[in-house]
Amino acid sequence: MKRRDFVGLTGLATGALFLPSIPGFGGALVAPERLLETVDVAVKKRLADAALNAAKSAGATYADARIGRYLNQSIFTREKQVQNIANGESYGAGVRVLANGTWGFASTNDVTEAGLAKAAQLAVAIAKANSKVQKDPVKLAAQKGYGEVVWKTPIVQSAFEVPITQKVDLLLSANAKALEGGASFVNSSLFQINEQKYFASTEGSYIDQDIHRIWPTFTVSAVDRASGKFRSRQALSAPMGMGYEYLVPKAKDKIAGPSGSGLVGYKMSYDLLEDITAATREAKQKITAKSVTPGKYDLVLDPNHLGLTIHESIGHATELDRVLGYEANYAGTSFATLDWKAQKKPYGSKVVNIVADKLQPGSLGAVGYDDEGVKTGQWDIIKDGMLVDYQKTRDQAHIVNQDHSDGCCYADSWDSVQFQRMANISLQPNKQKMSVDDMVKNVDKGIYIAGRGSFSIDQQRYNFQFGGTTFYAIEKGKIAGMLEDVAYQANTQEFWNSCAATCDKDDYRLFGSFFDGKGQPAQVSAVSHGSATTRFNGVNVINTARKIG
Amino acid sequence: MAILSQSEAQAILTKVLSFSKADECEASLSGNIGGNVRTARNTISTSGANDNVSLAVESRFGKRSGVATCNQFDDATLRNCVQRAEEIARLAPESPEYMPLLGPQQYVAAPDSFSQRTAAINPDYRATQVAAGMQLCDQQKLSSAAFLEDSAGFRAVRNSKGLQAYQQRSGITYSVTVRTPDGTGSGYATADYNDASKLDTTALTATAAKKAAMSREAKAIEPGKYTVIMEPAALVANTDASLLAALMGALDARNADEGRSFLSKKGGGNKKGEKLFDERVTIYSDPTNPEIADLTFSGDGRPHQKTTWIEKGVVKNLYTSRYWAQKAGIPDIPRPNGWIMEGGTQSLEDMIKGTAKGILVTRLWYIRPVDPQTLLYTGLTRDGTFYIENGKIKHPVKNFRFNESPIIMLNNLEAIGKPVRMGGNLVPPLKIRDFTFTSLSDAV
Repeated sequence: MKRRDFVGLTGLATGALFLPSIPGFGGALVAPERLLETVDVAVKKRLADAALNAAKSAGATYADARIGRYLNQSIFTREKQVQNIANGESYGAGVRVLANGTWGFASTNDVTEAGLAKAAQLAVAIAKANSKVQKDPVKLAAQKGYGEVVWKTPIVQSAFEVPITQKVDLLLSANAKALEGGASFVNSSLFQINEQKYFASTEGSYIDQDIHRIWPTFTVSAVDRASGKFRSRQALSAPMGMGYEYLVPKAKDKIAGPSGSGLVGYKMSYDLLEDITAATREAKQKITAKSVTPGKYDLVLDPNHLGLTIHESIGHATELDRVLGYEANYAGTSFATLDWKAQKKPYGSKVVNIVADKLQPGSLGAVGYDDEGVKTGQWDIIKDGMLVDYQKTRDQAHIVNQDHSDGCCYADSWDSVQFQRMANISLQPNKQKMSVDDMVKNVDKGIYIAGRGSFSIDQQRYNFQFGGTTFYAIEKGKIAGMLEDVAYQANTQEFWNSCAATCDKDDYRLFGSFFDGKGQPAQVSAVSHGSATTRFNGVNVINTARKIG
Repeated sequence: MAILSQSEAQAILTKVLSFSKADECEASLSGNIGGNVRTARNTISTSGANDNVSLAVESRFGKRSGVATCNQFDDATLRNCVQRAEEIARLAPESPEYMPLLGPQQYVAAPDSFSQRTAAINPDYRATQVAAGMQLCDQQKLSSAAFLEDSAGFRAVRNSKGLQAYQQRSGITYSVTVRTPDGTGSGYATADYNDASKLDTTALTATAAKKAAMSREAKAIEPGKYTVIMEPAALVANTDASLLAALMGALDARNADEGRSFLSKKGGGNKKGEKLFDERVTIYSDPTNPEIADLTFSGDGRPHQKTTWIEKGVVKNLYTSRYWAQKAGIPDIPRPNGWIMEGGTQSLEDMIKGTAKGILVTRLWYIRPVDPQTLLYTGLTRDGTFYIENGKIKHPVKNFRFNESPIIMLNNLEAIGKPVRMGGNLVPPLKIRDFTFTSLSDAV
């Protein structure tokens, strides 16, 4: 079922009101036991072969078939009540073909040999119709077939195996902590995803993958009726490519924020109860926190904040389809064109080293093979401040005179056509020892920012503005109280060239974007961005407070 | 199979209800056929098609509710779907916000919501429509990227309390961005209709091409407060957040009553009945308007009727869930689909002629909330931003980032033009004084 159909349908259900607004969480609503089932790989191979043979018979020079079961469970709570628990299953197949040098794609939820063969024939017919107005034939980078292979997210425990009551109890316990602490309102939720993806191509690959992702999150709100002010503080968790083990807190995964902030950051496990207690305290403090004085500040950015800035100003800017103009009508293009790269201007300062990594443990984007059957790996995007490479798919490699794809092809469902999506893009930590306190002690006038907030960037990735979840003033090397109404505006190149230092690997953590949107029709993808706490000098900070009525 | 008739749809729903053993049961059937084609660099990049019918069943035992869905309609599958909904309902926690299902309702007619011409679209039509724009850009040595998407279908609902609803609807949307080959100029145009025969992709591409050519060699002017003329596409977007949609999306009664909305009052209560905008601001919804006809029933079966939201600057109504309406003792009004902002008779050209100094904005982009307390949003201008002097477009200007609230914007109103359809709404171009641009962008 298409998500937009699902959107229309679920409005009738008191229990299902929340799901429709969340991309990627469509599918038929099923009993939770269904989420533990799998489809026999021999059956999938037989189905895929039916599609590939039908495509070739209809005139395709290349074909791939993706048979996907996309499973999800989401739990939503509010204060003392469960608002919704939904178990979704979306099962079907998509067939992509090249005919007359043109792409064609069709999908079906009739997962039978006849159903897949029919979709393959339709895909060829669409390719042929479109080829009449096509000028340049598609050129694919060579790709060897891998035969029958498997890959699985290295999880300890599937979140779907954990009883729903246990997960609900955890969320309601967290809400109780917030209410005890004086929160006016609290919403908490848990998203869990399992993609059971099977890929086969006419080049001889049969790839079976089992991908898991999880995201616990909350928003605590404080309302001061007397002044009419309200403020909220979101979770400092990250969506992860992990199982339920992410929700089992471990001391080794906790990183103290700068002295005086009381903040804790989380690595490969998350302490929900601890974070919501801190969030409640901070939400109330935000009501009376000092409003920032606009001006230039040195910013010390926590990884759970900086990840989004990396995502927008480097991740999207170095996607080759954007660089070439394929996204011009929607998300836009990029300043980092091939001509710009040839000019050898610095993207950032010497300490800026950005690596793309499709296999990073715990990351949202970790897969063994992408959705066009390319084995994944790691490569440099920015080295010592210089742009050295882009993110590519098979049909783009020849444009930059390369002979291989980077494995950046992804579709968010069996009924979506695969296209170029962002890899995990991460800032490498300092090789020298540096803690967040070491970093803060040298800042004379600055702001420490943690967590995600408002974010906006132009269609070529020059000018951006970011808010955050919490803000602390830094004065003469020390944390000096909470600030509010903070947003920073900068130009991508100026900002990354103002990057003064990063903390070391002990401070390194992942940030995640669970619902990154791109393309027309829009598709979501999930991707992580790692970094240690990082300092940027002399960034323009504005005050966002306004008066109305 | 995707567009079932009223009798075909209600026959399936009647059968579903006959299988129910629950205290209450509601079934909804929805079907769509449609497709899309996407172009970039004057060639087709991707395309797709869909054809699907889905059934959702909600079963209730007391205050417990369960939902299951399926997309096959033989008796065994329907029975299984109903049973699954009942199993899920039995396991569900009681909803403290339970409301009984609605009984029979009266719905107004909106025949213009569906067009057979849209339902008849095939892949050749789509390829031909986008080819016309690509050809124009090839001739003018410009580069276009466009997206055409159409859909036609129906929705039907029936429940054990006697509610019945059925309606067909269709829609088509085209958007195009045209850029100069050197990357120094960019223009945009978009339109959407129920009836595909109203769509003129060549004219829209010509508009975008003209703006691309006109926007080359943009001059930088200092950010600050400017008089702006916002085209409708700058006020409402088809696919992204927008300033007017943000305002309409904030008219929720519960958030206002709970103290976490710009409509919350100091000390408690909400600002319904207060004048918060310029007295020329009137916004209402009417699903029967032939220009933007849409479903006349909401997801939970409540009728969509003509409703005034803001009248002469005064907040007249807030939308609400059925639960909150009952708890707060307020009118039970569902959130509207499309809405209409009343305008004048002035064309965009008239508005430019009447402007001594100002900036014409084609499109705003990447609009995100900054402060929900004041509905402050940030974003940027894009694809055609021009300086106006003495009633004429003088030259293109570099793009700006703005930080502005639609509440402040609709208090600083200078003029309202003639509304046009945009994203399923009727939106006039607006002339606004003191619009706050906070920085420059190098983006084209």
